[in-house]
Amino acid sequence: MCGIVGLFLKDRSLEPRLGAMMAPMLASMSDRGPDSAGFAVYGEETGAAKITLQSANPRKDFAGLKGTLAEAIGAPIEVTVRETHAVVEVPADKATAAREALAAINPALRIMSTGAAIEIYKEVGLPGDVARRFGLDAMAGSHGIGHTRMATESAVTTLGAHPFSTGPDQCLVHNGSLSNHNNLRRQLRHDGLEFATENDTEVAAAYLTWRMAQGLDLGQALEQSLKDLDGFYTFVVGTKDGFGVLRDPIACKPAVLAETDQYVAFGSEFRALVDLPGIEKAKVWEPEPATVYFWKH
Amino acid sequence: MVTINLAETSLRELNQQLHRIDPGANDRDFIVLNPRGAHAVAVGVDAPVNIEIKGSVGYYCAGMNKQASIVVDGSAGPGVAENMMSGRVLVRGDASQYAGATGRGGLLVIEGNASSRCGISMKGIDIVVKGNIGHMSAFMAQSGSLVVLGDAGDALGDSIYEAKLFVRGSVKSLGADCVEKEMRPEHVELLSGLLARAGISDIRPQEFRRYGSARTLYNFNIDNADAY
Repeated sequence: MCGIVGLFLKDRSLEPRLGAMMAPMLASMSDRGPDSAGFAVYGEETGAAKITLQSANPRKDFAGLKGTLAEAIGAPIEVTVRETHAVVEVPADKATAAREALAAINPALRIMSTGAAIEIYKEVGLPGDVARRFGLDAMAGSHGIGHTRMATESAVTTLGAHPFSTGPDQCLVHNGSLSNHNNLRRQLRHDGLEFATENDTEVAAAYLTWRMAQGLDLGQALEQSLKDLDGFYTFVVGTKDGFGVLRDPIACKPAVLAETDQYVAFGSEFRALVDLPGIEKAKVWEPEPATVYFWKH
Repeated sequence: MVTINLAETSLRELNQQLHRIDPGANDRDFIVLNPRGAHAVAVGVDAPVNIEIKGSVGYYCAGMNKQASIVVDGSAGPGVAENMMSGRVLVRGDASQYAGATGRGGLLVIEGNASSRCGISMKGIDIVVKGNIGHMSAFMAQSGSLVVLGDAGDALGDSIYEAKLFVRGSVKSLGADCVEKEMRPEHVELLSGLLARAGISDIRPQEFRRYGSARTLYNFNIDNADAY
């Protein structure tokens, strides 16, 4: 199964409450996916580049990281630790240097996401617990995407949890399974993309990154994925200022969208949406198969 | 009138209460509050009672229904009235995938739109949808009727057997072995009765087109292999 939730705020006054609105949505999808959970939050842009890291030994790995990394790149940085994750903010022109320095300082650190706005948190465990560990309900932002995983195509590990981010400020979550991911992964590797897992969803995320690197916008990349990705999927994708939904042509994986003047919300099931303000009067519908839906700020 | 509030009562208690209805009981009307998209609301009821659910439900609402008249005052998730045996289910909003799937009897009325696979493998149920239906509806339908006042999506009636399909709007495409058929007087009469049972009086049966099985795929014939 797997459960997906997403929230794209149109009304900026709701931004401080993004996490508080998303946390119950994520928890409500626990029985669709109790193996692991994760979420991406597009927070405030500070002009810095954000790198979200995950560590299996956060106490050891994050202690002293601020000083070591700042010295390595020769610039002041900020580090905010949340449980097993840390968000490192570095000057935008030092993002690549910081990634390289991090790999040298401690190869065990895993990069969950990079970008100007995106932060990704994901761990093995029940969705409600994962959200609590990272303090999702206190997070602010313009949009966010969450996922609860029932593992099918790869192991129950932190890296196997969604969302997958394969490009700056991009992320993707997936309910379903792809049948041609191994072949596609080979082709994408040949074109220089790197993969951290054997997960089918990472291939879908990388595929979109690859298409966008060819000059397509996200909408066009999603259109292309209908031709090249084989299998069952409901995708929800995030970009720095956008939020997209796509279902495969068979569309057997459930999906519900709701839209009001204040927000667009996605849930695998309606019960993920029941606590949202004004949901009683929202336009609620099932996205059509093989149809790209996209909203942008 | 019995009111059951799902904010206070568990779903299991609700369904157990509905399953325990004594044949001689006076309480015949039930109101269910705060369904909040819950799954399996009012499943397996086997008593001639009225149940009104005030809000939207999740998967499999009113599944396996026998005798009861169940109203969803909201939208229904996947599999509403799946395998219904008799009785009546009314959804005031939209229904998700496979509404009325495998139903053997009774009447399912959807006032909004139904999604894909509406009436898949229906085996005697009658389904009336006031809006549109999605792709692969009435796939492998065996008997009963599907009436659609709006449009039908792709592959309507794929591999259909003896079910009767009536569509008033457009049909995006017909599935394997599904063909348009003549509306004979007996079909007009059947459809009139179905519209009346669904409480629809302002639409004439002559506005519909009928679809059904060409019966070429009943028995395997190697010459038809491409059609499957």
